[in-house]
Formats: sequence, structure tokens, C-alpha cells
Amino acid sequence: MTTADLHWMTGAYALHALSDDEREAFERHLPDCEPCEREATELRATAARLGLAVSMTPRTAMREHVLRRINAVRQDTPDAGSAARPQRAGARAGLISRWALAACMAAVAALGGTAVWQHERAESALEQARRAEQGAGGIATVLAAPDAAARSAALGDGATGTVVVSQDLDRAVFVVSGMERPTRGKVYQLWFADGTAMRSAGLMDPERGDQTVLLRGPVDGASGMGITVEPAGGSRQPTSPPLALMNLPA
Amino acid sequence: MREVVHIGRNPSVEPDLQELVGRVALGDEEAFASVYDNVVSPVLGVVRAVLRDQAQSEEVAQEVLVEVWRTAPRYRPDRGTAINWILTLAHRRAIDRVRSVEATAARDHRAAVMDHMPEYDEVSEQVEARIEREQVRRCLRTLTELQRQAVTLAYYRGLTYRQVAEALTLPLGTVKTRLRDGLIRLRDCLGVTA
Repeated sequence: MTTADLHWMTGAYALHALSDDEREAFERHLPDCEPCEREATELRATAARLGLAVSMTPRTAMREHVLRRINAVRQDTPDAGSAARPQRAGARAGLISRWALAACMAAVAALGGTAVWQHERAESALEQARRAEQGAGGIATVLAAPDAAARSAALGDGATGTVVVSQDLDRAVFVVSGMERPTRGKVYQLWFADGTAMRSAGLMDPERGDQTVLLRGPVDGASGMGITVEPAGGSRQPTSPPLALMNLPA
Repeated sequence: MREVVHIGRNPSVEPDLQELVGRVALGDEEAFASVYDNVVSPVLGVVRAVLRDQAQSEEVAQEVLVEVWRTAPRYRPDRGTAINWILTLAHRRAIDRVRSVEATAARDHRAAVMDHMPEYDEVSEQVEARIEREQVRRCLRTLTELQRQAVTLAYYRGLTYRQVAEALTLPLGTVKTRLRDGLIRLRDCLGVTA
């Protein structure tokens, strides 16, 4: 294969349509051919668009498998001379220390509960909740509070939860969608978490998979919240491992 | 609440996948969960297009995502955007799987010639995905018949250019140039810069 041949290979290269030998030859050639390299990069980006066009929603269980698997996978070290990576953006304000959260989640995992993954962009959920709950007394007041901050998490099995906190009002609202019904005679109970101490924050309506609940009692500096399954009527202290634990937004 | 990402079309509202991958490179598992939510659908779509078998596709897609976690520290933003890196990896791994299977059992390429862009009933009907698909379809129609067949057989069926040549009974050199000029036309139609 001559160098001139290699120039024509950018398309086949970008589509992974070369044999291993040809690919290696092409890659050896790339550093000497700036236009080839640029074209190969552009055509690879074009091929990626062919990929985006066939998006397909995976089973929800896959997420948990993958997130669990990465726990056991050590990351590679960066290549020498790799481009500068973004700096860690300091400790993000308002997060419970990552270590405290990690410890909680490890405990949950050990107990067989569902680990909760935090999402930072909860604004849209907040907006939705605001619209949905306008005029609903205490809930609306919390959601409309100028300092209301929200955090969302996947709760497993396709359910999602968003907790909205107003520090000024010292109250919190929990918005949940897609929760499965608890088994007969059981309820979901919500808790404020202060370190390892859990304080009841009321019960959810067992009949509704989608609901917005004003958490009972003041936030009072709680760092997180949890959900457990309890006997109907609720418990004074959790009697089962939490289904989910999430930290409160700043 | 899953984040919706607008990959490639609307950079101003795109949650910054690049930055998330940078955080993953530092071992941030929360950032990885967000990356997962942003890329899992196209990753699975690419792999499924090439492998066609659902169970195998899920297995390979999971391997790809774990590889994203493992190799994030080696990702070089100067060599392409994060989504391109991830989808290139997904396509590569799907093809590795196809070719390792081929080593033991010959594949029926005639079946592969039948058509181009895969159709799934389970395809996500998120607006972003639909717009993306329509745009790619429209641009694929601007290619010549030969270009389109060559490009889609190579990408969506994972054929090498030799196999494409065999399938379309064309000379090797012709296929090589069709793959290149087809992709170039697609690049210009889609407005891809890099």
C-alpha cells in the first residue's frame, strides 16, 4: 500500500472498515499527514452522527448494573503529555461530604438497598413541580420560595425523586414519580437524616405512584433524606434498610 | 429525573458532556452516572445496529460504558468531542465482537445487503433522537446510491470495505473512494466541523 493509497482511506478508517493491518498502517501514516488527520477526525465525527440517529432506550436495570460494575474497575492513568483536564471544581457547596454520602451508599448497598445517584440538574423538575402544585398550601409556598433548591435522583425501577428545600422556610417537599405500590400493609416512610440519625418526616400515600409530599417537621439542618418501607402507620425509627438515601440540596 | 442532552445540535443548552467526562477522569462516580444517562441510548443504538442481537448488544454496550469509566483519564479533548469519542468506541467494540464471531462462523453478507438504516420498534421516541434521525436520513438521501449503500453497510452492518466490495460486487478502490466521498458529503450536509 502506497502513501497515496492511504490518503483515500480516511472514510474506511472512520467507519472502522479497514482490516487491523491496514488500520495500523493508516495510523502510522497519520502523524505525517496533517490534512489526513483532520479529515479523519471530521469523518469520525460524521460517523458518530450516524450512531446518534439510531438511539435506543435501554432497560432501566442496565443502569444499575453498569454503575455497580464501575465500583470494581480501577481507572487507567492518564497518558503522559495528555491535554490538561479540567480542575476539580472545589467541594461543591452544600453537598454532604462526598465521603459521608459514599459511606451511606456503601451501607445501603451492603444492606441490599438501592443506591441513589445524584443529579445536579433538577431545575426542570422544580419548574414542573411549581406549575403542578401552585396553590396547594404549604407545598406551593416551599416550591415558590425564592431560595428553593432542588436535587433529583433515580430511585431504581424507573422511579425518580426530587427533593426541594427552602432553608429560609426550613421546610422541604418531596416530588416522586413512578413509585411502585408498596406491598399490602406497608407504606413508604420519609426521613430526615442527620448523620446516622433518622427523624421521621411523614408517610407517602401508598396508592399513588406520582405525588408531591410536604415533609413533616422542619428541615432543622438535616443533611439528607431517606425512604424506607414500614408497616402501615409508620414507625418511630426505620425498621428496614433505606430504599434510597439522598443528600439535600444546598 | 434523567437529564436530556442535546448532543451536537444545540451546544448552548447542552449539559457539558466534556466537563462531565473530565470529572469522571478524576474518579467522580456521580459525574459518571450523568454521562451514562446522556450517552447510553446512542451507545446501545450503535451496538445494536451492528450486532442485531439484543442480549449481545446489551452486554457489549455495558462493556463500552465500563470502558468509558476506565479510560476517561486517557480521553483527549483535543482529538474530538466526548460524544464522538464514546460513539467511536461503541462502534469499534461492536465491530470487534462481530469480527471475532466471524473468525469462527462465516456471516451471511447477503442478508446484510438488504438494507441500510436499522428500524427498531423500541427506538426511543425522544424528540432529540427523532430529529437527529430525520436529519441523518435526509442527508443520507443526498448521497448517490452507491455512496449510501457503501457507507451504511460499513457503519450499520460493520462490514470491512472488502466485504462491502464483495457484497456490492464493486472494485476495492471504488468502495474506498465511495466511503470517503460519501462521508464527506454527509459531513457537509450535517454541518459537522470535527
